[in-house]
Amino acid sequence: MALSVPAIMKTTAARLSALYFLLFALCAVALVFYMTSLSARMLTAQTQETINDEVLGLARAYQRGGLPVLVRVVEARSRQPGANLYLIADANGQILTGNVQSLEPGVLETEGWTSSPFSYQRFGEGELERLRNLPAEQGTTTQSEQNDAQAQGEKGHNAIALVLRLPNQMIMLVGRDLGEPERFRAVIRRALMLALGMMGLGGLLIWFFVGRAALKRIDSVSEASRRIMGGDLSGRLPVTGVGDEFDRLSENLNAMLARIATLNEGLKQVSDNIAHDLKTPLTRLRNRAEATLSGKQKPTDYRQALEGTIAESDQLIKTFNAILMISRLEAGYSSENTNRVDLAEAVRDVVELYEPVAEEAGVSLEADAHEAVSVNGNRELIGQALSNIVDNAIKYSTGANAQPAVRVTLERTGADVRLSVADNGHGIPDDGDRARATERFVRLEKSRSQPGSGLGLSLAKAVMTFHNGRLELLPGNPGLSVVMSFPVREDH
Amino acid sequence: MQMSATQPSGEIAYNSPMKILVIEDDREAADYLQKAFAEAGHTAHVAGDGETGFALADAGDYDVMVIDRMMPRRDGLSVIAGLRSRGNTTPVLILSALGEVDDRVTGLRAGGDDYLTKPYAFSELLARVEVLNRRASAKEAETVYRVGDLELDRLSHSVRRASREITLQPREFRLLEYLMRHAGQVVTRTMLLENVWDYHFDPQTNVIDVHVSRLRGKIEKGFDKPILHTVRGAGYMLKSG
Repeated sequence: MALSVPAIMKTTAARLSALYFLLFALCAVALVFYMTSLSARMLTAQTQETINDEVLGLARAYQRGGLPVLVRVVEARSRQPGANLYLIADANGQILTGNVQSLEPGVLETEGWTSSPFSYQRFGEGELERLRNLPAEQGTTTQSEQNDAQAQGEKGHNAIALVLRLPNQMIMLVGRDLGEPERFRAVIRRALMLALGMMGLGGLLIWFFVGRAALKRIDSVSEASRRIMGGDLSGRLPVTGVGDEFDRLSENLNAMLARIATLNEGLKQVSDNIAHDLKTPLTRLRNRAEATLSGKQKPTDYRQALEGTIAESDQLIKTFNAILMISRLEAGYSSENTNRVDLAEAVRDVVELYEPVAEEAGVSLEADAHEAVSVNGNRELIGQALSNIVDNAIKYSTGANAQPAVRVTLERTGADVRLSVADNGHGIPDDGDRARATERFVRLEKSRSQPGSGLGLSLAKAVMTFHNGRLELLPGNPGLSVVMSFPVREDH
Repeated sequence: MQMSATQPSGEIAYNSPMKILVIEDDREAADYLQKAFAEAGHTAHVAGDGETGFALADAGDYDVMVIDRMMPRRDGLSVIAGLRSRGNTTPVLILSALGEVDDRVTGLRAGGDDYLTKPYAFSELLARVEVLNRRASAKEAETVYRVGDLELDRLSHSVRRASREITLQPREFRLLEYLMRHAGQVVTRTMLLENVWDYHFDPQTNVIDVHVSRLRGKIEKGFDKPILHTVRGAGYMLKSG
């Protein structure tokens, strides 16, 4: 992956890695600082304790045999390897005995603990240092040790000490070299450097793997969406199946694409249908006008032709309105006009509206809707859907039975409210035909002789889709049963 | 065919002439309306956009206004809302290409009194405009409607003709009530479906005709004079003599 530096910094992964690295580094520095200061304090306390013990021992020696014994003990201890610092001086600060050759001036003037580390030199150390520095060039010591040694060589060693005044006004100093805590601090410093380095490396690795993985996923999503934008509407974004955020995003986008594809398909179908079913009557309209104009006609013929034209265009408008309404409903048109709709009342209204028509056609129209059932919806749409279905039922119930009958039943079955319109006509025996009957403009063979646009059931189906319900055509016994199922939603 | 019903000649006697304001940006449609209203015996003024329309409506004294919903410079709903806020209560009929349930509700909420979706038949528009005008002197308050020898008591829910009691179903009563409230005016099938059944769609079969003929049977059978007339190509009219 060839990315220039600014491009890399543009990725979220790189920015996040940098941020984490910075935060961790700050934490590490704070932690190390705290640890060093804490342990330095502990070491100092320990040193002071050691010195105190030492002083107590010397005090006992002094009590036992006075100054001579003290001097002897001091001299003996001074010679031990890694010994503490001992010094006995006269009242003027002139060094009498001990293992200290020289001191920072002023150290002996105040009694008690020295307020800060002071530098000193042991006996015979000047030469020792020089001897040690020569072979050090050959690499037996590490660079940092050498630096430490050099720094110490220039300033001498640092130490803290307890300065006491003996009863005879002589001064005694017992101290301890601070080399150990300083070495400890150096170790911590090195550890810190190492930790920071490793963190930097870790951040880089994390960026490389995490960031690159994320980039790859995003690139594949971009690639897929470019393909889809290029016109391949059936294309979908890749889903790895891991179920992470990217998968969820892809799944949602895919659902959106599916919805768009459905709408697109619907739109295409509408335009096809408009082309097909509106062109025919439009052609007829035009032909009629043309035929009227050509040839000699009586005024009444003109009138008749114009009346026919208006009637035909009214029918066209009706069809057009129905197509628009179906499309809008199917496209997920959302209405603010939804309320509680009393279905029993809707049934009574529609049955009452159609009762005279049914009676005139010799069809008995009955309603069985006693239970008070209401759903969330649009009364107007439900009324229109139901009246279309009842209209159909009345039309197709005749001819098959000596006593044609249409029955509208409203019942509650479990999670659904079922509103069914059953007739005892010929029905639609073929399963495939039944399924096709709700498609737009589908007019089954037997119904072609009946007036109608072929949109009644499609509209009812769209209305049911709008209400999150279903429209089903079931074989009746005999006849056909059209069932509108509404999901029951308790009051919200 | 609709025009035949609107010509001043023939069986229909027209209501008192109205002064109508048409606010419509489609020049041709507006001219057609002006001419057609004139033929029906009314005077119509035309405004070609919302601003001009608003100024005319605010200044003039109109019986009814017909306002197109989508217009340049100022849309119809804003014109209506503006007029209403200035205390103008002239009845308004909204003309619109938008015909969904929500559009109608929005239009009526903005202060319109009736809503008609394009394309429409002029007979429908004329019938609605005339009903709107009459509403200015509404019969709402009257408890007893009388047309010739037909009498309807809104309180006792009783109907009698020439002192003979006529029994009606509740819906038939509401149907007759609406026809009598607008006696002497053309009432279209859609107006009946809207006002008596409260539905705004076109039924596939013309159910209203059957209801009306049933009602006609009840109020005319046994009486020598017809009272509920069919106006060809337009609708119905209740009228004595």
